[in-house]
Amino acid sequence: MSDEPNKGLQSPLRRKLLMGAAALPLISILPRPSFGAGPATATVNTTGLAVTDTEVTVGILHSATGTMAISETGSIQAEKLAIEQINAAGGVLGRKIKFIQEDGASDWPTFAEKAKKLLVNDKVAAIMGCWTSASRKAVLPVVEQYNGMLYYPTFYEGLEQSKNVIYTGQEATQQILAGLNWIAKEKGAKSFFFIGSDYIWPRTSNKIARKHVENVLKGKVVGEEYYALGSTQFNSVINKIKLTKPDVIFTDVVGGSNVAFYKQLKAAGVDLSKQALLTISVTEDEIDGIGGENIAGAYACMKYFQSLDNANNKAFVPAFKKLWGEKTVIGDVTQAGYLGPWLWKLTCEKAGSFDVDKIAAASPGVEFKEAPEGYVRIHENHHLWSKTRVGRAKLDGQFELIFETSDLVEPDPFPKGYQ
Amino acid sequence: MINSRFFNRSELIGFIALAAILFVILPLSLDVFRLNLVAKYLTYAFVAIGLVLCWGYGGILSLGQGVFFGLGGYCMAMFLKLEASSVENTKIQSTPGIPDFMDWNQITSLPLFWQPFHSLTFTIAAIILVPGLFALIIGTAMFKRRVGGTYFAIITQAVAAILTILIVGQQGYTGGINGMTDLRTLKGWDIRPDHAKIILYFVEVVLLFACIGIAQFIRLTKLGRILVAMREQEDRVRFSGYSVANFKIFAFCMAAVFAAIGGAMFALNVGFMSPSFVGIVPSIEMVIYTAVGGRMSIFGAVWGSLLVNFAKTGLSESFPQLWLFGLGALFIAVVLAFPNGLSGIWADYVQPRIDRLLASRKSKSGTPWADNSVADGAPAE
Repeated sequence: MSDEPNKGLQSPLRRKLLMGAAALPLISILPRPSFGAGPATATVNTTGLAVTDTEVTVGILHSATGTMAISETGSIQAEKLAIEQINAAGGVLGRKIKFIQEDGASDWPTFAEKAKKLLVNDKVAAIMGCWTSASRKAVLPVVEQYNGMLYYPTFYEGLEQSKNVIYTGQEATQQILAGLNWIAKEKGAKSFFFIGSDYIWPRTSNKIARKHVENVLKGKVVGEEYYALGSTQFNSVINKIKLTKPDVIFTDVVGGSNVAFYKQLKAAGVDLSKQALLTISVTEDEIDGIGGENIAGAYACMKYFQSLDNANNKAFVPAFKKLWGEKTVIGDVTQAGYLGPWLWKLTCEKAGSFDVDKIAAASPGVEFKEAPEGYVRIHENHHLWSKTRVGRAKLDGQFELIFETSDLVEPDPFPKGYQ
Repeated sequence: MINSRFFNRSELIGFIALAAILFVILPLSLDVFRLNLVAKYLTYAFVAIGLVLCWGYGGILSLGQGVFFGLGGYCMAMFLKLEASSVENTKIQSTPGIPDFMDWNQITSLPLFWQPFHSLTFTIAAIILVPGLFALIIGTAMFKRRVGGTYFAIITQAVAAILTILIVGQQGYTGGINGMTDLRTLKGWDIRPDHAKIILYFVEVVLLFACIGIAQFIRLTKLGRILVAMREQEDRVRFSGYSVANFKIFAFCMAAVFAAIGGAMFALNVGFMSPSFVGIVPSIEMVIYTAVGGRMSIFGAVWGSLLVNFAKTGLSESFPQLWLFGLGALFIAVVLAFPNGLSGIWADYVQPRIDRLLASRKSKSGTPWADNSVADGAPAE
């Protein structure tokens, strides 16, 4: 946690400079599509959104400053890349996407204020934004009141569904259940130890995991511990782990706490090549801070890894690195952020309109075949059908794909029997 | 000059200017979205006025005003949240009728200390009394033992940190780090639409002027003079037979109650309350508003809150990635160049010109103006 605020303040600036430098040659190479050939503005925009004959405005609302900047920068980058690519391919309904970026500053009420500004003053057609559950909870009443459209990229706890939100990340059951099934089968795991950060997402995820372990896998949860956000002292829980010897350590520790947790785990002599550890909160972005040598061998349950071997991802990763620098890594949420603008474009084209009500109604069934994670489709409940994957962390900070579900997993934000 | 005893001339000008801007100019010139932002900024002005009393006059620097802002805000938010969590609004939950965050945290019935917040009367009383009593306890514990100055500031910071940890940790009862969101109605009256925002704005401005009046009244009484005396020479006041501790406790409690009213108005105007307004950082920000406005000036406190927050919003909208640096530079510039804040600028540069202007007119018309611009701490009677 100690170095996180620093990083958060420096990196957006550095990245902005990098972005400027990287984008210069790109702009000249890009073919210049002509905009303005789409259907008449009066027919595609009946509710007074910021749509002209040649342009449509969307908002990007993430933390560019503060403690969450380190996590949300990836989402901002992915959304800008998607917007650039969509514009290069002719835009949406013949209109170029223009974006207005606002800073949520890692402060939930600021998110609400900026969301309101984007919807009321700027009349954006959609908002790509939010990261933490807390920021989404703050923004949700605003988008519902002013009838906006929010594309939310983070895997989250579920228990929510809104006409005005498309959840491009996984809800809890999609992320957890298949991974638990896999590790129970693969490792013959019967006993689990849960460690999480103390807020709504880990608590709900662990509740679902506990029900699944006890009722479906017929296993046992031998410990469940929570630590305050930003906490860096994990020695006592590590001692408990050594005493109870669980088959699997299941973690949803977030942010900077991860760095301390995995370092202390290693220092305490817990060897992740022998002790199975399944995390639902560590992506390539976090490993950047933790260090590959501290976490190699751990399993992560996600829907996307940068190392995925498919044609879409092989095009996506180089495009991302070309725009944002060779050293950037792409985690699960960054990829989900990339889906937002594309899904919105596809939905606008299906609906033949920018009107929020029509987009909300047209969303179910929209499929994005070029998704880096493979293929996604929007469900009736505005979440995505997507696969669950398990990867094993390697020394170089990447994941090696170990397992993926054969079919898309249905999103179920209000799981029966797991409440 | 009806107000000649209550306000001196420069204060009267300040009062009229502020009233004109808040009651007339801003509502006429801003759209509802911006007006609602002003309402949000003004909630901090309550805290800043309290700080003028307790820090500027009493010399008690509290770096924990967020605690009282938060207590007031949470009391209000609890009432609003209960009203928003009616059985029909929450039928999707496993236990309908309780706030959503309790349901997520596997709480199946409304905790006992939440029950009284069904009543608006109780809530309004709690907004004043809970922070007031809390300040009384802290104040008594500290000032009776003659803990003051830096030590007191550090302890108030610790209290702010403790309360944040408590709220975040007890998320089943408080909403944790998410805070209480989605507040909808006050006694069935929807607080979200535009016309409600305008009404709430005016209610808040009226309350603000009431607080300004109370603060000004305290300043002008003997009590205010003792506060100033205490700040300058605490021992001398004590040797004169006054109980210094009691006066300090009073100033601290007043500041706490003002902050709590601000917090309650915040919950109403923003429809939101979270631990991010309780901790150390917001508490220090509130001191900054007071410092920018000028810690000796009640009107300055209002201007400071408005200016800093306008700068915050404006800079962050124009420069989403660099705005914090700009804001930091603004603080440094103000403190270096104008240690007495905005009110210092007014008193040093603007007021003399107005005086000269008035003086020239006075000599023409010959009206006998009573010069009652009394220096702080000088006897008035």
